[in-house]
Amino acid sequence: MTASPSTLTMFRWMVRRDLILAWRRRADVLSTVFFFVIVVSLFPLSIGPETQLLRSIAPGVVWVAALLASMLSLGRLFANDYQDGTLEQMLLTPQPLYLIVLAKVLASWLVAGVPLALIAPVLGVQFGLSQDTLLILTVSLMLGTPVLSLIGSIGAALTLGLRGGGVLIAILVLPLYIPVLVFGAGAVDASIIGVSPQANLSLLGAVLAIALVFSPWATSAALRISLE
Amino acid sequence: MTKRKFNWYKYASPANFYPLAGKMIPWFAIPAAILFIVGLYVGFFVAPTDAQQGEVYRIIFIHVPAAWMGMFLYILLAVYAGIGWAFNARLSAMMASSISITGAMFTFLSLITGSLWGKPTWGTWWVWDARMTSTLILMFLYIGFISLQSAIDDPRRADRAGAVLALVGVINIPIIYFSVQWWNTLHQGATIRILNKPTMAPPMLAAMLIMLAACWLYSIAIVLYRLRFIIVERERGAAQVAAATAGI
Repeated sequence: MTASPSTLTMFRWMVRRDLILAWRRRADVLSTVFFFVIVVSLFPLSIGPETQLLRSIAPGVVWVAALLASMLSLGRLFANDYQDGTLEQMLLTPQPLYLIVLAKVLASWLVAGVPLALIAPVLGVQFGLSQDTLLILTVSLMLGTPVLSLIGSIGAALTLGLRGGGVLIAILVLPLYIPVLVFGAGAVDASIIGVSPQANLSLLGAVLAIALVFSPWATSAALRISLE
Repeated sequence: MTKRKFNWYKYASPANFYPLAGKMIPWFAIPAAILFIVGLYVGFFVAPTDAQQGEVYRIIFIHVPAAWMGMFLYILLAVYAGIGWAFNARLSAMMASSISITGAMFTFLSLITGSLWGKPTWGTWWVWDARMTSTLILMFLYIGFISLQSAIDDPRRADRAGAVLALVGVINIPIIYFSVQWWNTLHQGATIRILNKPTMAPPMLAAMLIMLAACWLYSIAIVLYRLRFIIVERERGAAQVAAATAGI
């Protein structure tokens, strides 16, 4: 019997594997980004092209769209591995499930969260945001989207294999996203009105730290329950 | 709740608890009814008219207890769900599902009565006040718990999945509460403060506390009542045998 690889090696391979899988299904990743872009672009069309108004709603619009877009990728987080039985094998490995979950969430954030943060400044320009604000928008999304992936993974694990899983995830997870939304949009808001966004960003970082510790654990527990 | 006083292991079995719950219900339901009547009487006839708000303030006799119950019951739900999950105790898990409905009802009631009170007092049905917003979010958490449990067919999985969600929710509640409070001070669109309560006259306070006690007793009674249905639904054979032998 061969020795099982070290946990760090396993972690690296898990991330690599999920990234390769995502790369082979590029359309899925792109559809999330396009969804984000389209939703954000709908707001000026529905509200009107008045710059002042658009500027004041921009943080909320971009952040809510990011929340919704991140819901789209949650369904894929465990579902494919669950269907072909890979997930069951992962639960049986000697490596801690905590790290497997963390690796999968990291990979999913890299393909679903980071693109949103990177494309957001382009959308911010459409809403007439200044350069400093665009930077804050990107930073807040970079801090906030990993929390969305982490909390979302709990919902994805709980609803694994359930009928109507997609809508159910939204109901479970969206209320838990509220602090991220408040602090994320708050940081951008503060930057627009000329106040330092540091407090909001620090709180966002604190939420990220808490989520990083607790949510993979909750997700692991949820996966064990769902696969029993 | 009261079942802790009895032999833990015997009454941890749903089939044994079923007849006991049946016997316990009147002990909570009847005092609840009496206290509701007393509380409403004190609230409507004894408590004086408020100098600032007039008669409309009397809605707090149902509103405040309902809001408190909504919060308490969520914590209680999480405790029961956590016990059910950690010790694999079916009865605790069933208790959690039973509590969820009553908790959601009280939260909903507090939102409705709050807006009924807000219209004449503030001139608007809804204000994005920190407290109202967090109550609304609490309602969403209840809805999430109930929808998750009803989406899962296997009761064991439903219990445990619900427990994870409830515990995550409980950890999140303080974070949500503070984020909402902070968000409210940031936006400061509405200038109405909910906190300019004048000191309460003793009959007002008495009526409110009586109503709170009535709501507690009602909750215990209705939760046990619903629990009996859940037991029968899930453990049909065992519960019916126990009920037949106990003569209930």
